Amino acid sequence: MNDLASLVDWSRAQFALTAMYHWLFVPLTLGLSVIVAIMESIYYKTRDPRWLATTKFWMTIFGINFAMGVATGIILEFEFGTNWSNYSWFVGDIFGAPLAIEGLLAFFMEATFIAVMFFGWKKVSPRFHLSATWLTAIGASLSALWILVANSWMQYPVGMEFNPHEMRNVMDDFGALVLSPVAINKFFHSVLSGWTLAGVFVIGVCAWLLLKKRNIEMAIRSIKVAGWVGLAGILATLATGDGSAKVVSKVQPMKLAAMEGLYKGSCGQSIVAAGILNPDKQPGDNQSPYLFDISIPNGLSILAKGDSDAFIPGVEDLINGISLTPQGDTIRGISYAERIARGKSAHEALRRFDSAQLAGDESAMLLAHSDLKKDFQYFGYGYFNSVEEAIPNIPMTFYAFHIMVILGGYFLLFYIAVLFFAYKKRNIIEGNKYLQMIAMLSIPLVWICSEAGWVVAEVGRQPWVIEGLMPARAAISNIPTSSVITTFTLFAIIFTGLLIAEINIMLKYISKKSKENIDTI
Amino acid sequence: MFNRAKRIIDFYIDGFRNMTVGRSLWILILIKLFLIFVVLKLFFFPDFLNTNFDTDEERARHVRHELMNDR
Repeated sequence: MNDLASLVDWSRAQFALTAMYHWLFVPLTLGLSVIVAIMESIYYKTRDPRWLATTKFWMTIFGINFAMGVATGIILEFEFGTNWSNYSWFVGDIFGAPLAIEGLLAFFMEATFIAVMFFGWKKVSPRFHLSATWLTAIGASLSALWILVANSWMQYPVGMEFNPHEMRNVMDDFGALVLSPVAINKFFHSVLSGWTLAGVFVIGVCAWLLLKKRNIEMAIRSIKVAGWVGLAGILATLATGDGSAKVVSKVQPMKLAAMEGLYKGSCGQSIVAAGILNPDKQPGDNQSPYLFDISIPNGLSILAKGDSDAFIPGVEDLINGISLTPQGDTIRGISYAERIARGKSAHEALRRFDSAQLAGDESAMLLAHSDLKKDFQYFGYGYFNSVEEAIPNIPMTFYAFHIMVILGGYFLLFYIAVLFFAYKKRNIIEGNKYLQMIAMLSIPLVWICSEAGWVVAEVGRQPWVIEGLMPARAAISNIPTSSVITTFTLFAIIFTGLLIAEINIMLKYISKKSKENIDTI
Repeated sequence: MFNRAKRIIDFYIDGFRNMTVGRSLWILILIKLFLIFVVLKLFFFPDFLNTNFDTDEERARHVRHELMNDR
């Protein structure tokens, strides 16, 4: 068991490291491509060469970031085949189809038009070039769409049927997969958060230019575009975050309870705006979940259900399968103990199927298949021996969620202030060192916010790899833990080195260009 | 057809040749791609099921037994 726990933990740590590394580059690509496309659109309309120079400056930074991130996502696919082979087989074409579409359609679209963007300035017409720039931005978002569709299926498996002959899930409704409410919300939330991140990045770099008193006109011009893109991004991110909360409350209520550190729910449930969790709190004891909290009355009921009196279940309610009506009546649902029992029945049916297949007994196979179908939705629970095993890491989910939300609120104020100063009080944004320092310090904060979002999404759904169907411990390959530790260490060393080298190239470029008059490039 | 292909290839060659920022970046990209596809993929990330089993039936049976084991 210890060996298994160690193998699961190292496999998860490796996947988390790779995914978080990959996600350092993706949101900047998503957002900066839009900012560059808008700048080029302004140039196309005005034919003002200063906008052309501004576009080229940011386009080069976009290119450096794109190069930095290129192929880092491929490692995740290697890990599926090596470390998560049970999972890879079990998901069948459901995971493969969106990834194949991503590779064929979006990646090639992106890669083709990026070449025109960078190499085509004097070789294609301005209209064609502008189209290529916009198509690059659209291609980047389409890439993200298919990856997020695949991820959303893991959070909310729909549109498939399990085939015990092949031991694979077979897609039977592509529309349900692509249009699942989780996928739609996740797509807009993730892509638009990229706009927020890129806006902060551009404004932070421009703040540095203003601090150094270099290329002030270009900096102010860029701040205005980045400010509007970022403001649109953060408003839409907040709106889709609200949509995500409503979807999560329906399909992953345990994740919502973990996000809020909520053990015992109520009607008209308050939301914790900020707080410190009690580290000794365990489900079922009488301790308070918080050492300190600032709560907004009815907030969670409104956020999750759009109804100030709605019942929001906590961890203990979900374990016990209990919910309440606004009148205080108890409604009994299916408890986690029952889910575990039904999961074990599904396992037993699969064993019978296997024996019948070996014996060539078709009627016994049909019967076992039919029994498996009845309890298949609880298949993953069959791996647990106690209900506690089905609870995610509450502190990590809680703090990541609150860091994300607090920083999200900060960025809304940040963008309003930046745009106000950029248009009305330009002398303040040009001359105030403190504002410039805040803008520069916001760059690491926006990345923390973005990565925290992924921690909420991925840690909050643990122990599941596929919600309800497959926990991480069943998904991993039976390989030596030492080999996973080796590849984890290798990846960490190599990619930290590459990251330092690549950031160095970006900083050198910004520093070098800042000493020239960018408007005359 | 041939001319069009040649123009596309020339487009890329000229683009790469005239890059200003890209040289050290391209060296890093090539190092990265080499590490990912040659070192990591070949030596550290073999496809577990494809390496250890020859047919889909064997792979399905292995996964079934893995998932039926009380892990």
